[in-house]
Amino acid sequence: MLSLRDVSVQYGNYTAIQNINIEVRSGEIVVLLGANGAGKSTTFRTISGLNKPATGDIFFEGSSICSLTPDKIVKAGIVQCAEDRKLFPEMSVQENLMMGAYVHRRKKKEIKHTLEEVFELFPILHEKRNQAAGSLSGGQQQMLAIGRALMSKPELMLLDEPSIGLAPLIVEQMFESIQQINQDGTTILLAEQNAHAALSIANKGYVYENGNIVVEGSSKELFANEEVRKAYIGA
Amino acid sequence: MAAIFSKRNVVIGLIVLAALFPYVARNDYYLHVLTLAFIWMIAVYGLNLLAGFTGYLSLAHAGFFAIGAYALGLLTVKAEMGFWPAFLLAPVITTGIGFLVGIIALRTKEHFFAIYTLCVGYIIYLVIDKWEGLTGGVRGLIGIPAPADIGPISLSTPIAQYYFVLTILLLVILVIYRIIHSLTGKTFIAIRNSEDLALSLGISTIKNKLLSFVLSTFFAGVAGALYASFIRFIGPDIGNLNITFDLLVYMIVGGIGTLSGPIVGTLLIVWLSQNLQFLQDYRMLIFGPLLTLIVIFSPRGIVGFIAGWFTNWKLRRKVNINQAQEQAEEV
Repeated sequence: MLSLRDVSVQYGNYTAIQNINIEVRSGEIVVLLGANGAGKSTTFRTISGLNKPATGDIFFEGSSICSLTPDKIVKAGIVQCAEDRKLFPEMSVQENLMMGAYVHRRKKKEIKHTLEEVFELFPILHEKRNQAAGSLSGGQQQMLAIGRALMSKPELMLLDEPSIGLAPLIVEQMFESIQQINQDGTTILLAEQNAHAALSIANKGYVYENGNIVVEGSSKELFANEEVRKAYIGA
Repeated sequence: MAAIFSKRNVVIGLIVLAALFPYVARNDYYLHVLTLAFIWMIAVYGLNLLAGFTGYLSLAHAGFFAIGAYALGLLTVKAEMGFWPAFLLAPVITTGIGFLVGIIALRTKEHFFAIYTLCVGYIIYLVIDKWEGLTGGVRGLIGIPAPADIGPISLSTPIAQYYFVLTILLLVILVIYRIIHSLTGKTFIAIRNSEDLALSLGISTIKNKLLSFVLSTFFAGVAGALYASFIRFIGPDIGNLNITFDLLVYMIVGGIGTLSGPIVGTLLIVWLSQNLQFLQDYRMLIFGPLLTLIVIFSPRGIVGFIAGWFTNWKLRRKVNINQAQEQAEEV
């Protein structure tokens, strides 16, 4: 479905990621592990078209998306759930969700249907649909950010550290929701520091270090890998 | 009490007040000042759409205002076109030039955008000032006709012109209201919030920024055309940066990114200017600190301040009612 081939990204002279190769197959959950600044977010920004790769190419459903603008990439079916759960704080919950459906803005009926699906997945958003997004708690804001991304009916969703800063119980719920979204047919590429939780729902993973992928393998293999266990799972 | 001051009633009250003003004031000078203030408001609404709602501060606004004014002046005086075709064509010409400038200007961001448009504004001023063959240079353009009569309705008296400008202002406010509350307006606000976020939701920011820029120049063009037909003499000074800064002050004092800010800011500053005439240029000693205080303590201007205060008041009231209910239940 998605494949990154030898992708490098530079900020000026600084190389943020180098020769990255990632394969995501339809229906999978794939996780990117690594410390802050290892290059996970840069990878996401590059897939969604906000950064352009210096070398290498990105293919989605067989065709290159490197030359596409970010809005065309969303239309093609890849959506990034905003980093740091960035919302439009003064807009209401529902207005935020409607912004997510921007690429389908002419298909009113379809949007309504998707909105119902999102409310079904996150009932709390329905309850608070008329409140300003800025007034939500951290967990609810994350749900809204994910819900808004779902409004574009993506085939592939990029999730950048959805669990960061959330209480353990909420994290658990969040991962359940992610699994649910995946079972409903959306392929997921997930960046996480919470390796244990992420690997337990993922099919496979890549481990980043200083802009390079140092280990890759199925979840099972990564769980069994001594270095990964030490560095990210803490056992 | 709160019901009397509902949004709808306040709006209706203000429109009635504006409609009755000529009969209450009975003073041509006040009428002149207020008509001029309405024209500025239209320009400020244009500026506010771009700077307030989309987050792009254009300093070329007076330039586009001048283009609108000169377009009307040249079409009527030199091309001897009728008033109404010229009045319709002037904003179109302004918008066309706005489109061309926007395509280039919007490749820049933030302060670079401000600096770029500052230069564009100055270039427009210079072109008007130096191209004597076309614009008359510093001598300006005289003999611009007042709005032509519409059938039996004559638009040549001060009162008629007041109502004419008021009607256009109300139309502009209605259009801006509709834009702000549409998906397009929400898209502008999304871009102001974060361009990256807007992009990652699939919004084409280039297209939408250009739309906002072009719309803002359209309103500047309308205001300029009205100005030319109202004052009936125009000189290069109307494209000067001073005018841009006047418009900015009206917007910031009233409330940047608010719907009623342009009205509040323009009325207040015009009123203050009138009352402080005796201070001459020392008026700036009052405006400078006023502007600084507003930017520091209420970045969203007077309207933002009042709206914030009102929201807090409603919240406090809600909390008080809840507490009272709880106490009543305990008893």
